[in-house]
Parts: sequence; structure tokens; C-alpha cells
Amino acid sequence: MDPTETVAEPGPSPGGGPSAAPAVRLRRAVALLGSFPALAGVDLEVDRQEIVLLRGPNGAGKTTLLRTLAGLVPVTQGEATVLGIDLVRDHKAVRPKVGLLGHATGLYDELTVADNVRFWCRAARARAVDADAAMVRLGLDGRLRNVAVGRLSAGQRRRTSLACLVARRPELWLLDEPHAGLDQEGRDLVDHLVRDATAAGATVVMSSHELDRAVALADRTVTVTGGTTEDDARPPVPGPAEIPEGQDSTDVA
Amino acid sequence: MTTQSNATTSRPGGATAPEVGPTSTGSKATRVLGILALAAVALLVLLGLWWTPADVIQDESVRILYVHVPAATLAYLGCFLTSLGSLMYLWKKSRWWELVGYAAAEIAAIFTAVTLVTGMLWGRPTWGVFWVWDARLTSTAMLMLLLLGYLAVRRLPADYHVRAQRASIIGLLLVPNVIIVRQSVQWWRTLHQEASLFADGPGATIEGIMLFTLVFGFVTFQLIFAWLLVHRFRLAWLEEQVAGQGLTAAIAERRAEGRSASGAAPAPIAPPPAAPSELVHRASTTGPEVAS
Amino acid sequence: MWHDALLVAGKDLRLEVRSRVALNQIVPFALLVLVLFAFALDPDRGLLERATPGLYWVAVLFSGLLALQRAFTVEAADGNRDALRLSGLDPAGIFLGKAMAVGVQLLVLEVLLGIGVAVLYTTQFAGWPLLLATVGVATVGIAAAGTLYGVLAAGLRVRETLLPLLLLPVLAPVLIGSTRAFEAALAGAPAEGWPWVGLLAVFAVLYILAGVLGFGPLLEES
Repeated sequence: MDPTETVAEPGPSPGGGPSAAPAVRLRRAVALLGSFPALAGVDLEVDRQEIVLLRGPNGAGKTTLLRTLAGLVPVTQGEATVLGIDLVRDHKAVRPKVGLLGHATGLYDELTVADNVRFWCRAARARAVDADAAMVRLGLDGRLRNVAVGRLSAGQRRRTSLACLVARRPELWLLDEPHAGLDQEGRDLVDHLVRDATAAGATVVMSSHELDRAVALADRTVTVTGGTTEDDARPPVPGPAEIPEGQDSTDVA
Repeated sequence: MTTQSNATTSRPGGATAPEVGPTSTGSKATRVLGILALAAVALLVLLGLWWTPADVIQDESVRILYVHVPAATLAYLGCFLTSLGSLMYLWKKSRWWELVGYAAAEIAAIFTAVTLVTGMLWGRPTWGVFWVWDARLTSTAMLMLLLLGYLAVRRLPADYHVRAQRASIIGLLLVPNVIIVRQSVQWWRTLHQEASLFADGPGATIEGIMLFTLVFGFVTFQLIFAWLLVHRFRLAWLEEQVAGQGLTAAIAERRAEGRSASGAAPAPIAPPPAAPSELVHRASTTGPEVAS
Repeated sequence: MWHDALLVAGKDLRLEVRSRVALNQIVPFALLVLVLFAFALDPDRGLLERATPGLYWVAVLFSGLLALQRAFTVEAADGNRDALRLSGLDPAGIFLGKAMAVGVQLLVLEVLLGIGVAVLYTTQFAGWPLLLATVGVATVGIAAAGTLYGVLAAGLRVRETLLPLLLLPVLAPVLIGSTRAFEAALAGAPAEGWPWVGLLAVFAVLYILAGVLGFGPLLEES
């Protein structure tokens, strides 16, 4: 038996050490968008409280990978365990535990900032106090609170989406190009938020084209191309499929 | 229905484990069924047009009823099958049942159209007009609209599962909808005591050879329905097979995208394949067996 | 589930209050339909009076369609479906919430149309218990069926043309039933109308059940 294979334990173990179950564990995961294999065999392992950066060309599958980790896209082949939940069996169960910041805002344009943040906060069963604190943190307090989201600039809308995410206090943060559209101050804020979140026990997986800033922020980088991943630092763990014909799995040291 | 050639069909790469289906829509069973149906139609024509007498009241136009009534009944039967198929798809994820439901809906739509047209043809000499808002015709027209809605959704250009799931919800609701519509239309039209001119169908006075012909009409239409159903089902099955093929090839292509995009191939997880066949083999060991 | 339903209903109604689409567009449309009927059916008062129940409910149905389209347009924008799926809200609760919000808007519409009909067609209202019961039950049925088919059509690009095709045949019994009930009430023979209310109730229950069960799967992309 391959000694580096770990069995995913059920249930979260916040702030765990090296022996704790990883936050994310994907093995040869395949996810389909229609009949197109957006993820064509992804291997990914992310420990708790780690910050992982996904980079790669457009169309490589970074966004799909983030959405799959969020439980929005079902995994049709392979193994996928996120926060102890098996995505192959039930991909919806992981959703309350994650926060996804996508390209789209996920906001109601005709409602105000405060309306939006409070609504999404209450939907996630978080406290109203968290909603207000998140707005303060993201610099949305004061005049902006009562402005309709449709009237805000793109950067301010991004901040509002972030506020909705922060208010939920998710265990896993999935950020799709979080720095895009934000000013210098906003980008620094994102970095602070990410570091604070991981210090408090969350895990962060993000994609970015802003490599300088993102690489400095991240613990580790993973390159995504053609629907697969390559770990830039760690050597990948071989699975049974990679064993040449004729050998048994027990032959692998 | 046992003349499938297992070796030549590949399975769709979807999550369900499909049974191997036929590779052509004709088979010994359908040929037998087809011959029986043709013979029945011939017999029905003879019975309907020559061997039965004209009705006392309705005169020659009663002959249309030998087609109209069975067509109506089978349209409703087809609608019921669609609901059943939809239920099985939603409940057990059975692709087989979903295709049965789809095929039945299309055939039911045809039979509904036949019912409406023959109804109108019967109505013209009997009532003097092509259309009246009697309970049966109105309900049948509503059935047609409901079926068209189902078919519109089922045929959207989208992924199989998207189409099937949405159409199945509509399909499942077909039976309750039809019941409620029929009930409301019937109450509506009978409450006003419109004259017996609008009483639907032949009524209790039919007997003797005319009754036999009517029943035989049912049998004939059942045979036609069954023959059409088998062929349409098989056609739909083959369509889905074709659409679902090539997942492993698509995966390989997708992975290759990365290689070519980044120029020199970065260290892959497995030894780089020397030939395409190896790539397919490696990819196939990660998923369900592909019949090669 | 009810917590989520009330939350979603509140959100949808708040959206309406802020954007006033129903008030500014759908209500005038409904009144316009009433006026157009008067043009089409000739100022012959007798004809309009006799047809009033049917015309009223046709106007309700068409305006209801607009309200339903609107209810799903707000969700179609910018990743809101994803956000709803991720939110942790119970799909059955989302269904009930959206249906309740549409129902409230429909009720307001029906009251205004009632006033419109009283003024424009000089209708004498009678049989209030039957009228109110019909309006109540029919509205629940329209809102429930509309929300279910609305989410079904919502994920597809042909939404605007598909929803009427799916919904109107399904709502035909509601039209028949409410019109007959109204006729019975106005004619002073309410006993004939109550069975229709029963039918409308069956319809409403069917679609509440179907919506609660079916909304979740339909909200998913695939």
C-alpha cells in the first residue's frame, strides 16, 4: 500500500497540524460542462489554512475548478473530497461551508449594499452583526450602505460581493481573480482579508493573473492547463493508473 | 428485440450505466409487429368502409369514429406513458424509461392530431361546422398544447440531462394537468346543458358488427402505436448514443490542449505516451470500461 | 424552510418596492388590456357586461405572466443563480418565497383590476364570499404553477417565449374555473360557483407540492 496515500477523515478539523485531513483532495477528477470535460483529470491537495494560487492560460479550467470545489459542478469521475465531504456522492453538501467570489457579482442591482449583504448573510444563517462588521471591513460603511448596487462602480461592487463572502465566515475561500477591478487599496485589503482568514482557520484557493502580488501572498502555486493541474512545488503522488502494466500496486514503494 | 450487436456499441460517457441497446431500429420483432399492424389496418379498412352498415342517425360519417375514438384513447395512453417515463427518470434516473416517455409523447402528439382532424371531419357533416367547443374536442386540443410544451422543452439545444430533467417535470405533471383540464372542460360544457348534438362519442346504441369494428379499431391502433413506439424509442436511443460518445477522446483532447499551449510539455503525472492508442488506454483505465 | 421562504419573499418584495416595475409597467399594462377589450368588443354594453368575468381573468393571466417573467429576470442577472445555490437556502423555501412574492403582487393587481372593471365595465359586484375565495385560491394556483414553470424556463435562453407556451395551457383550468365562479357570484347563484373553487384548490395544492419538490433540481444547472 502506498504510504503517502491518506484517507480523508469525515468532518472538519480546524487548525489541525500536518496529520489533519487536507481541506481539498482531488484525484483524477473529471468535471463536465455539458459534454465538454472542463476538468480532465485534476490532482489537487490543499492543506487546511493553506493559501494556494491557481495560474494558467485562459480556458484552462481555473474557474471550473473553483466552481467544482464550491460544489456547483458535479464530479463525474475520480475522487474529490472537500472539507471532508465526498463531492462525487453529494456535491451540494459542501456549499454552505464555502465562499465563492466569482466573476459575476451575485448581487441584486436594484437593492442597496446593506440590503444585499444582509440578505446573503441571513441566507447563510450568519448573524446580522457579521454583516455589518463585514461592510465596515470592506469600507462600505457610511454613504455607500444605502446606494443601490447598480449605481456603484465595478470595484465597489466587487467589494460588496466580498463583504457577502466575509460575512458568511466560510471554511474554504474560493476566489476567482479577486484583485481584478480593485484599486490599490482594495487589493491590499484583499491580501489582508486572506491572511486574516487563514490565520483564523480557513483555507484559501484563488486564481489570478496578477502573478506578482498573488505569488507573494500564496503559500504554493499550481498551474492549470488543459483541464489538469501540475503542482509547481510538490511532486505529484502516483495513483494506480500511472503504474505501468504488469505491476501490482503493492510493488510501488 | 434480441438482435442487437453488443460489440459495436460504445457506451455514452455519462454517469448512468446504460444497457447496451440496438444498433438499428428494425428487428425481427418489429417486422412481425409491422406485418400484423398492416394486416390489421387492411382488415379495419374493409370492416370500416364496406362490411359495416351506415348508422341510422349519423349515416356514413360514423365510419370516421372507428379511427377517431381509438386514436383519442391511444393519445391519452401515450400521454400516460410519458408521465410514467418521466417519473422513472426523476426517481430512478432511468434513461431507458425517459426515452420511452419521449417517444410516447411524440406518437401521442401524432395521434392527438389524428383525433382532432378526424373529429373535425366527423363534425362537419354531423353538426355543419368544423369545430365545436364540446368536452372531448376541447380537452383533446388542450392535450395537444400540453404535449407541444413538453416536446418544445425536450427538444431544446442543450445537454441531455438538462433537457431530460426539465421535460420530465413537465411530463410528470402531464397526467394531473390532463385530468384537471378534462374535468374543468367537462363541467363547463355539461353544466350548460348544450344540446345532445354535442354528446361525445357513439354512445350506448352501438352494437353488433359496429361494436366489433370499434374494438378492432382499438386493437389496430395499439399495434400501430407499439410499432411506432419501438422504432421511435430505438431512434432516440441511437441519437443519445451518438451524442454521448467520445468522452474519453474529449478528455484526451482537453489534456493535450495544455501540452500544446505551454510549448514544452511539463513533467506529466505518467510517462508521456508514445502513441495515441496508449493515451486512450491510459485514459480508459481511469473510467468505465470502453468497449473497444 | 419557512424562514428561508419569508426571507426570499421579503427580498423580492423589497426589490419591487425599490424598482417599481410592477407598479409602473405591469399595472398599466393590465388596465390597457381592459381598455383594449372594450375597443374589440364594441361599446355594446350588454356584451362587455356578460363577458366581464372572462375578460377580467384573461387580463389577470396576461399580467401575471409579466410578473412571473420579472420575478425570474432579477435572478437571471449576473451570477445570482450560483449565489442562490451556494447560499444555503432551502430550495423549497426559495420556491415558496418567490411564489408568495408573486402572489402578493398578483393580489394587488387583481384588486386594481377589480376597480378597473367596476369603473370601465360598470360591473355590479355581488356574492363577495365567493369572489374573495376564488381570487384567493386562483392566485395561489397561478403563483405556484407560474413559479415552477418559471424556474424551469429560467435557465434556458428561450425563456421569454417558452414560459407562456408552457404556462397558459396549464392555467386554462384556472381560467375556466375562476370565470365560472365569478359568473355564478355575479349572477346571484353562488351555489354553482363553489365546486369550481374546489377545483381551483386542488390545482393549487398540486402545484404547491410540485413546486416544493421540483424547484431544487430545477435550480441546478444540469
